[in-house]
Amino acid sequence: MFVSMNWINDFVDLEGEDIEKLIHRFTLSTAEVEGIEYKGRDINGIVVGEILSCEDHPDSDHLHLLKVDAGDGIYDVVCGAPNARAGIKTAFAKVGAQVGDIKIKSAKLRGQISNGMCCSAKEIGISDDHSGIMELDLSLKNGTDLKEIFPIDDIIFEVDNKSLTNRPDLWGHYGMAREFAALTGKPLKELPVKEDDYEGDEVVDIDVRNKDYCYRYTGVRIENVTGKVSPMYMQIRLYYCGTRAINLLADLTNYIMLELGQPTHAFDGNRISRIVVDTPKTDIKFTTLDGNERDITTDTLMIYDNDTPVAIAGIMGGLDSEIVEDTDSVVLECANFDGVCVRKSAQRMGLRTDASARYEKTIDPEMTMEAAKRFIKLLSEIDEGAKCVTKINDVYVKHYPEITIDFDKAFVDRYTGIDISAERIKNTLISLGFKVSSDGEAFSVRVPSYRATKDISMQADIVEEITRIYGYDNFEIKTTRSPIIPAKMSLKRREENLIKDLLVKAYSMNEVHTRIWADPDELRDIGLSPEENVMLIQGSKEQETGILRTSMFESFLPLIYANRNYKPAFGIFEIGRTIHGVREDDTADERRTLAIGMYSKESTEKSLYFKAVELINTMIDELKHVKAVYKKTGVSHVWQHPKNTSLISVSGTEIGTINTLHPTTLKKISKNGAVVCIEIDMDALLSVEPVEFEFEEPSKFPGIDYDLTLLLPENVRFEAIENEVAALRIADLKKLSVIDVYDAEVIKNITVRLKFSSDERTLTSEEVQKSVDLILERLAAMNIKLKVLE
Amino acid sequence: MKEMIQKLKSQFETKLKDVNDQKSLEDLRLDFLSKKGQITQLMKELSKVPNEQKKEAGQLINSFKQEVLERYEGKKEQLISLQEKLLIDGAESYDDSMPTGCPCGSYHPITLVQRELEDIFESMGFDVEDYNEIVDDYHCFEALNIPKYHPARDMQDTYYLTTKNQLLKSHTSAAQNAILKKYGKDLKEKGRPIRAVFPGRCFRNEAIDACHENTFFQMEGIMVDKDISVSNLIYFMKTMLSEVFSKEVTVRLRPGFFPFVEPGFELDIQCLICEGEGCSSCKNSGWLELCPCGMIHPNVLKYGGINTEENPYEYTGFAFGLGLTRLAMMKYGVKDIRTFNSGDLSSLSQFVSR
Repeated sequence: MFVSMNWINDFVDLEGEDIEKLIHRFTLSTAEVEGIEYKGRDINGIVVGEILSCEDHPDSDHLHLLKVDAGDGIYDVVCGAPNARAGIKTAFAKVGAQVGDIKIKSAKLRGQISNGMCCSAKEIGISDDHSGIMELDLSLKNGTDLKEIFPIDDIIFEVDNKSLTNRPDLWGHYGMAREFAALTGKPLKELPVKEDDYEGDEVVDIDVRNKDYCYRYTGVRIENVTGKVSPMYMQIRLYYCGTRAINLLADLTNYIMLELGQPTHAFDGNRISRIVVDTPKTDIKFTTLDGNERDITTDTLMIYDNDTPVAIAGIMGGLDSEIVEDTDSVVLECANFDGVCVRKSAQRMGLRTDASARYEKTIDPEMTMEAAKRFIKLLSEIDEGAKCVTKINDVYVKHYPEITIDFDKAFVDRYTGIDISAERIKNTLISLGFKVSSDGEAFSVRVPSYRATKDISMQADIVEEITRIYGYDNFEIKTTRSPIIPAKMSLKRREENLIKDLLVKAYSMNEVHTRIWADPDELRDIGLSPEENVMLIQGSKEQETGILRTSMFESFLPLIYANRNYKPAFGIFEIGRTIHGVREDDTADERRTLAIGMYSKESTEKSLYFKAVELINTMIDELKHVKAVYKKTGVSHVWQHPKNTSLISVSGTEIGTINTLHPTTLKKISKNGAVVCIEIDMDALLSVEPVEFEFEEPSKFPGIDYDLTLLLPENVRFEAIENEVAALRIADLKKLSVIDVYDAEVIKNITVRLKFSSDERTLTSEEVQKSVDLILERLAAMNIKLKVLE
Repeated sequence: MKEMIQKLKSQFETKLKDVNDQKSLEDLRLDFLSKKGQITQLMKELSKVPNEQKKEAGQLINSFKQEVLERYEGKKEQLISLQEKLLIDGAESYDDSMPTGCPCGSYHPITLVQRELEDIFESMGFDVEDYNEIVDDYHCFEALNIPKYHPARDMQDTYYLTTKNQLLKSHTSAAQNAILKKYGKDLKEKGRPIRAVFPGRCFRNEAIDACHENTFFQMEGIMVDKDISVSNLIYFMKTMLSEVFSKEVTVRLRPGFFPFVEPGFELDIQCLICEGEGCSSCKNSGWLELCPCGMIHPNVLKYGGINTEENPYEYTGFAFGLGLTRLAMMKYGVKDIRTFNSGDLSSLSQFVSR
């Protein structure tokens, strides 16, 4: 919103104030100012000039040769304006004058000397009218500086509309002026209004049928309006504040809106006999004054003339009842409509107007009467013949409750942490329009109606009013009463950090972030589609979203595909969220999930897989000091390999899966690469209690290593050897490790090393041989035999 | 005898001069010092010497032997050091300016910024909390005093789900209610102030471009205790931001409206690049809008079980929000917000560590 300081000055005398500083304070105390423009600063030396004569330029078909009387002399001017003619008075820039970016110099135009320039309103920056040079009142004295006639000089600042969301009172200059009054301590002037002077009994017939959406409807009929053009000061203000001048009545409604924040609408009086406010019974079509046909739904509030719709309440009037050139009679609407209804309707139609933007903010219904009287006042000043032909009819359907807030200084002290005097509290609130009664340091304040629609309702709100005017820059700042004791990192975060460090530092992996929803297009590229899951309800904006992912790999597989040429081998990981369908209570089952994706064109799938297993083992060992256990399982996603998908458990808790890719998916991602996927449920992992490791003094006696090469039949896993040996509980067997694996056809040759040692003595080879025999016997029962050298 | 020794001595000196490797040195040793060597031979000659001269001749031979031995050892040392020198001279001087492979992985930039902030907040007594990405309508809006028809609740801005009243959290504030409830007991029973930060991923239905993302990170913080004041809020914001930027920052507060705080503020810091003079980073204003904050709204504290209807100001507190994604952009000079969720390893692999 644009704010004119000239306009503000109508209501609060800011003479002697540093305006720039004041606007800066406004940012700190009220709302963010986005920019300041100094209007008229680049306009200088433009005076009233009378065109004494106008002849055609001998060498041009459109230029004229003028003689202009500028008060101090007569100047030869070459001018191309179509309306240049003898007898008119215009804005004349003499040599040396400044017109926007142009410094006026004496020049020759097609051989003719020109000492000055006649200006259009656009060139002076007070309108966008560039159809011709300005035509001024003939009574003006030649040579008078234009700035003495029109308020060209002004300071316009723009306030971020978003920062006014909660301040319906600031959507007009009068409310803004109230802020400046409070900031400077100067009085706010009363708004000049004029009572309706009609003395008969006629009223505009108003029937508010929908009492939910219409809070108040105030209307009056005015006739004999002969003025067509609004005065220049008004046009300039409207233009500076971003609105184009149209005609007197339209300009007046805009002017009232910019002044009070109360939208008003002027209907052509000849088109309106009886105002009805209601929603349509069925969906209808309606043409707004911008010429567009709109679809109106049954929850849109409309204004009717009897049964004929004439306006969309609070948004825009209709084409048929618009003020036109010969309108001399008007029915003025000053109304208050429900903010949510207006916002939803405007949104539905995609038609947000200055009026709807204001209604959305829940403006004060008390303003409608003020607005009507202000309209009458301004119109009567401009057009003396205009007459109210009815009384003002005021249908006040819904009042906001009056709000009174009690508090004391001690509360303010405690909430602010500083000491603001009772006197200052009182004065601040009074200047903002609160009715304050106080008894020493106890206050009882009545919230003004324009702040009571939603903005202020409790003590904390009052504190804001006091402190923002006091100025946050003036606050003494201090630490809290209770001491600061450093907090400890949670186990949850520590595990996350350890995992990330391990993956980045020991496994050279790259952390990525992916979206929580599956992307159908990306999945299609690798022959997949999103799995059935919880859906997003899509907004009206265009989005590529839809189904939440069940597995991190719905995001990771496309990502591996996208990066397949980044390097011949890489690993990516993320701790993100996956959604495992819907729980019984109809809520989404969200899990914190670690995904690790490994890709390689350099190694075989098998060695990549074992690197992944090593990674998991290292991770689990580091976090929990136990061993991970793997168990082959069936696939739960089409892209998993039926033979190489395993569940990972730790201390009996299932924590995740590891798998290679189904050949069909793998082929789509890479013809000659391998991919291994790991997914860990981080909360399941967190729930596993870490085992405390125990220190064991190394034996002082030499041990004996015993190597065995075993034949492992198909379908027997290495863990079988481990389990069987462990079951024997041989006290002196300290460790069993694998030192070599050789894959022969069907049967795997595996060389294990058994480490024997005792804490009490040196073992004899006989003792060890006895244990080995025991082990071999046990393994033989599992069909695991010792390889016999040929 | 004297002559013999003299002769042998000059013979030794001549031969020693020619010694230039281990082998010739060994030959010399064998020639003079071995059991069959010339000095031993000389000893044998001693029997021919008359008895009264034997003592003197013996001494002469011994001192000669001693001298030869010393000369030999000296030469041996000399040869070793010569050999070392040859080895050193012949060695390659390595070019350590040669590029090597770097086996470093990378952290996501958000992780780096988040860790830094978490460290700072933990040192200031804040617990770090984690929260779901899917939340319900109550936690995201109702409990935060956001009224039913508030524009933020429109479908245009928020991703609603097909499940019961659920949505993707549109701001980290959605965790406030749960955290107030989690720590409220300790506050009321043990007088332990609530201090918590909660980073998290947020979602808003926005068209994506270089400056807008539908998936981004925020970090929210709250402090609740008896008598927490606006003055405390400003103090903590200033201290915290000075830590974040590793230098004393100047802050200013101006009114900002958020339904879950009252009063609410927009906190600006003086531009770190131009120090308030005005430059392109701060759009010539000298200030950067950084951190919305405010005193927690009495209704929010009530819904969080901290205060009662009868005593709505028993405990007070402040809350603040930081845009982690925005901070990461500032810190690393990332110009396109899409980089973060791109998964593009040629970009992301650059964030090696802090």
